[in-house]
Amino acid sequence: MHRRSAAGRPPSRRLLRPLAVAAALVVSVAACTTTGPGTDSSASGDGPQRVTLQLQWSTQGQFAGYLAAVDQGFYAKRGLEVQIKEGGVDIVPQTVLAQGQADYAIAWVPKALASREQGAAITDVAQIFQRSGTYQVAFADKGITSAADLRGKRVGNWGFGNEFELFAGMTAAGLTPARDVTLVQQQFDMEALLSGEIDAAQAMSYNEYAQVLEARNPATGQLYTPADFSVINWNDTGTAMLQDAIWASTERLSDPGYEDTTTRFIAASIEGWAYCRDNVESCRDIVVKAGSTLGASHQLWQVNEVNKLIWPSPAAGAGTIVPAAWEQTVRVARTAVNADGQTVLTRDPDPEAFTNTYVERAIGLLKADGVDVVGAGYAPTTVTLNPGGS
Amino acid sequence: MGSRSRTVVTTVAAFVLLIVLWELAKLVLPPGGVTVGGTRVLPRTDNAAMPHVWTVLGRLTEPEVAGAATTRTVGAAVASGALFTLGLAMGGLLLGGVLGVLLALVMQRFRLVERAALPYVVASQTVPLIAIAPLVAGWGGNIAILGWSWQPWASVMVIASYLAFFPIAVGMLRGLTSPVSADVELFRAMASGWWTTLVRLRLPASVPHVVPAVRLAAAAAVVGAIVAEISTGTRGGIGRLIIEYAQSATGDPSRMYTAILGAAVLGLVAAGAVGLLDVGLRRYRGSVR
Repeated sequence: MHRRSAAGRPPSRRLLRPLAVAAALVVSVAACTTTGPGTDSSASGDGPQRVTLQLQWSTQGQFAGYLAAVDQGFYAKRGLEVQIKEGGVDIVPQTVLAQGQADYAIAWVPKALASREQGAAITDVAQIFQRSGTYQVAFADKGITSAADLRGKRVGNWGFGNEFELFAGMTAAGLTPARDVTLVQQQFDMEALLSGEIDAAQAMSYNEYAQVLEARNPATGQLYTPADFSVINWNDTGTAMLQDAIWASTERLSDPGYEDTTTRFIAASIEGWAYCRDNVESCRDIVVKAGSTLGASHQLWQVNEVNKLIWPSPAAGAGTIVPAAWEQTVRVARTAVNADGQTVLTRDPDPEAFTNTYVERAIGLLKADGVDVVGAGYAPTTVTLNPGGS
Repeated sequence: MGSRSRTVVTTVAAFVLLIVLWELAKLVLPPGGVTVGGTRVLPRTDNAAMPHVWTVLGRLTEPEVAGAATTRTVGAAVASGALFTLGLAMGGLLLGGVLGVLLALVMQRFRLVERAALPYVVASQTVPLIAIAPLVAGWGGNIAILGWSWQPWASVMVIASYLAFFPIAVGMLRGLTSPVSADVELFRAMASGWWTTLVRLRLPASVPHVVPAVRLAAAAAVVGAIVAEISTGTRGGIGRLIIEYAQSATGDPSRMYTAILGAAVLGLVAAGAVGLLDVGLRRYRGSVR
């Protein structure tokens, strides 16, 4: 029916139109070019090499070392121009890395290993956080000082792979998490703990724990103090898992150019972390300047707490993957069962999952430059939190 | 008093009523909320969960990050975030609108395309946004168009357009096919081509269907832009502010509500912008049965 009007036209025009449409499509498709992974092979050319780093979350003290390495020119000194991509709620850094949209990614070891088991070809090339920052926090008057005390309590957890240390800790204490505790899915903030809706909340030492200490106690009108809370630290129970590490593309590690870039990237990153160890307040300013909306005292707390997870480092130097800690992470990842009856890993990761090759080379570079890569004499500062983290 | 000014008065009255209800809830309900058999039926009303309206409004004038070198107020941050998101949502609406209209035209012109494509158009809206967002961000990261490399905000705009195209495509198709057959036959009897029929009959007839569709699409684009910002972590918009402020809501609950307030105002502005379109196309309303 509609075709009648077109039928009256000369055939040449009828042909022309679809042709024009097809031509336009071809041109528009040709205009879209795909770009390869960040490092264009212009490394041999002039100017610094462009490298992208994918973070797990938005700019905050957790990533101070990388931000400092940009700000202080440590990357530039090693011939790198690093672009830092912030994370979002649904951005999975190891996936971004595996898909080639970043050259390196920061990710927790168990989550990255789970992605690896599903086919993401990534390798842990530097273990920045040597210790876990995950706490289970409760009000002191609840008497929850160990995992065994969680029996019969309402226990908050984040889920999505952030909960396995808690479940491993409870299992090790002889509890069956699904039966012996009431599991509650936790929000971003700590309101549920403060209002008493849950008895013990999951918290990162450098973030959520600080948030409860920045909140006002309605009973006193003052801020809560550490004395108001009891903390279970999974590092003490043997169920801690390794967290922030630098991950690289396994396949590209066979390319000598990428290997060299990796070494320089790790060296400059560790130098950034060493800078943050020695200049906590300067790093706080760098993080705030980078656009974090969390307050200044919160960021100072965060940098200080993150320093505690890194320093002092193993004698071999910061970023070294310590086999015992790695094996503990893998063991917990294979044995701890979460609320859905799942473990993180179903089999042991293959040997390519981590390598100390590049971090050893990086440490060599740093030692030659006189950078303290162990921080044996490291002592954390004391941070006073202000209301709302300001 | 015109109907337009009456609309404004009603809107303001509804807003005031909301504020009164909020404060009334704080006054009357217990601070711990109401639970029945362990299930919460009414929210907590203490100052941490529901800050006073004046605390939230007051927070707008305070610095966003106390102690930072560059101090901008929360109000300025929320306003600039809302403007940024509005731009992306409107860009998404435009992109989705063009796509939707084109799709509707093709579906009207070729019934085969309608039969083939319409189920997929409907199915496209059942895919959850949070599943698409990382995909779009992922594909986008690998694309350069004529030397212009993909920016994170472009992903947000594409996701907003993904939500916006649907009501426009469906509404437009409905509108284009709305003329009664007597009118269509009259045009045919007068030897009008498809183009003339489109411009003189179908497009004017589609206006009453398209305007509400665009209004739906504008709301969808705003929601899409905000969710996409949260999902992909795109900096600069109101969605990102909501998630950032929510993180520190334990110690600073009123700041989160300023961002939510900004998002609500953003939605109103977007709806108002579509209202202008309504005014411009008024002469076509009800012009054709």
